[in-house]
Amino acid sequence: MSGHHGRHAHQEREGTEVSRRVFLRRSSELSFAAAVTITAGGALLNASEAWALDVKGLQPETMKTLILVARDIYPHDKVADRFYAIAMKSYDEKAATDPATKAQVEAFVAGLDAAAGKGGYAGVGWESQRVALLRAVSNSPMFETIRSGLIATLYNQPEVWPIFGYEGESYSKGGYIKRGFDDIDWI
Amino acid sequence: MAATFNQNDDSVVVIIGSGAGGGTLGNELAQKGINVVVLEAGERHEYTDFVNDEWASFTQLAWKDPRTTSGSWRVSKNFPTLPAWIVKAVGGSTTHWAGASLRFQEHEFRTASVYGRIPGANLLDWPVTLAELEPYYARAEEKMGVTRTGGRPGLPGSNNFKIMKAGADKLGYKECHTGNMAINSIERDGRNACQQTGFCFQGCKWGAKWSTLYTEIPKGEATGKMEVRPQSHVAHIEHDASGKVTGVVYFDKDGKEQRQKARVVAVAGNSIESPRLLLNSASPKFPDGLANSSGQVGRNYMRHMTGSVYAVFDRPVHMYRGTTMAGIVRDEGRLDPSRGFVGGYEMETLSLGLPFMAAFLDPGAWGREFTSAIDGYSNMAGMWLVGEDMPQETNRITLSDVKDQYGLPVADVHFDDHSNDVAMRNHAYQQGAALYDAVGATRTFPTPPYPSTHNLGTNRMSANPRDGVVNKFGQTHDVKNLFVSDGSQFTSGGAENPTLTIVTLAIRQAEYIADQMKTKAI
Repeated sequence: MSGHHGRHAHQEREGTEVSRRVFLRRSSELSFAAAVTITAGGALLNASEAWALDVKGLQPETMKTLILVARDIYPHDKVADRFYAIAMKSYDEKAATDPATKAQVEAFVAGLDAAAGKGGYAGVGWESQRVALLRAVSNSPMFETIRSGLIATLYNQPEVWPIFGYEGESYSKGGYIKRGFDDIDWI
Repeated sequence: MAATFNQNDDSVVVIIGSGAGGGTLGNELAQKGINVVVLEAGERHEYTDFVNDEWASFTQLAWKDPRTTSGSWRVSKNFPTLPAWIVKAVGGSTTHWAGASLRFQEHEFRTASVYGRIPGANLLDWPVTLAELEPYYARAEEKMGVTRTGGRPGLPGSNNFKIMKAGADKLGYKECHTGNMAINSIERDGRNACQQTGFCFQGCKWGAKWSTLYTEIPKGEATGKMEVRPQSHVAHIEHDASGKVTGVVYFDKDGKEQRQKARVVAVAGNSIESPRLLLNSASPKFPDGLANSSGQVGRNYMRHMTGSVYAVFDRPVHMYRGTTMAGIVRDEGRLDPSRGFVGGYEMETLSLGLPFMAAFLDPGAWGREFTSAIDGYSNMAGMWLVGEDMPQETNRITLSDVKDQYGLPVADVHFDDHSNDVAMRNHAYQQGAALYDAVGATRTFPTPPYPSTHNLGTNRMSANPRDGVVNKFGQTHDVKNLFVSDGSQFTSGGAENPTLTIVTLAIRQAEYIADQMKTKAI
């Protein structure tokens, strides 16, 4: 965004805002269960966000549920599913080469599905009801591994930072001495 | 040119650690013509190598060798293997520190006399007074270029500071400004002025913040009297039959054992590693560890009463822009037991980037209460609360059953808050929240202490050898040619960030060591 000035930049920002709002409305209207589908080849597909994820180590349904679990642990309505998918894909990669990890993750998700009843965890419509299922297992090592891992794998994605208004690296831009370190106008 | 010394040269002063204490002592001695070998456990990264990225920088600079924790402090629960956020690199934690440089107050050198008996606290007066240290404080401030001292201008106020100042004015606080910072507000000493980049904790890529890495160390090396050996992890200190120390054994970058002889040894590895090294240097002559006839080595571990308050507003703040800690309210630093505690605390601007905010705002938390706070990140302001904690004998560094990569027992850091610490923290949380509420915060967060950055007191100064480990010059009571040169000398913690006092003591200690060597006392 820096480097743009004047009316042109203003219009551009407005355009981005509009498409972001449209996108947000679209993704919130769709339930996660419907938004992410599993292809015949076993990949996860999110058509509205235009991404797909090959699942190699876990059951595709397990990976889909894990992504939803990640969102339910750290729910940010402004953050698209793909960032949660990126944050969780290491479990699938590890499961592909490590049977113990695969067994642990599958068992964890199977436990959530069993507790959820018909339709499984991903079929539970309200976040608060899914969170209640998570609370019941929040003392388990697997939950804590997932939660603490997300601190780095979700919040340390540079692509996520602008969503929260964090600008990241600044040295190469000369710091903020001429870029708003003291630009607050409402205090 | 930097010198290189033979390992069998027993005329050198060996300094263990290259941070505020060790780096400063090394340069001061070299300037006096004394040959110095500085052994630093970490690598040498020049300031151009630093990275504006919190986790990547942590990986580059932080001490990540194993440590263990015990006690009731929350750090032990949330970060059981990371009791402290300090540095393993040339320059030590002066690469990472915020730059806040405050002198201790007069009464803070006399806590036993002034505070009286506090149950559970092992209070002791320092064997040195503010009046004795004042000339050395002035030299330290000059060396470090501390703003608002010596006619140097203050740093400009950032967004985060402007909120603090507005709130401080509303609460009627009188002393609020952009701090006494060892960060250049103007080009000085061949170094840049601050460019308001943020990332002070990740190493200043402009070299505007004072660090021994690019001030004391190259200046010392330029004398031809000082050698810095990075990746040299000292395992133990050796002594002769008379009890005098004769040298140190260390592991080099290839993990190979080396031995450097010495006339004098100065330990400056921070308040966790320094007592660990003395305890790991136990011998038949010193079965409880070197310099430990008092039994005080490792005890009285202090970490400052700390906490943070973050606040969310209905409009943008961008607190991460600009100098991290250039903002302070000093009014609560006073001694006023009517608040329900002895000692005082400072309120200092602070910000974390998004990755560390997620890790430290409320460690272990999840769900919407947490994520809605993070959603407010760009509208957030923040402050750190730092005050005097009580020295307690049971808060201590001991040797753990866990071994490091060299097979050496690692440090266990045990800490329990004193009731005075808790009362002070609660008061500070309340005042911090009130300050932000006064300027329209919609939500405030009393954030728990981070892994310790101020580690103090574990080889403390005492007038009587029975009560502590070193005398008023940092010389160990038990071994004349063994010194302690870091914050572990502190008899009490004061409310102030400790680096300026560490540097002050190192300047004074260098004079004493030079004098003692000249008169052949050591």
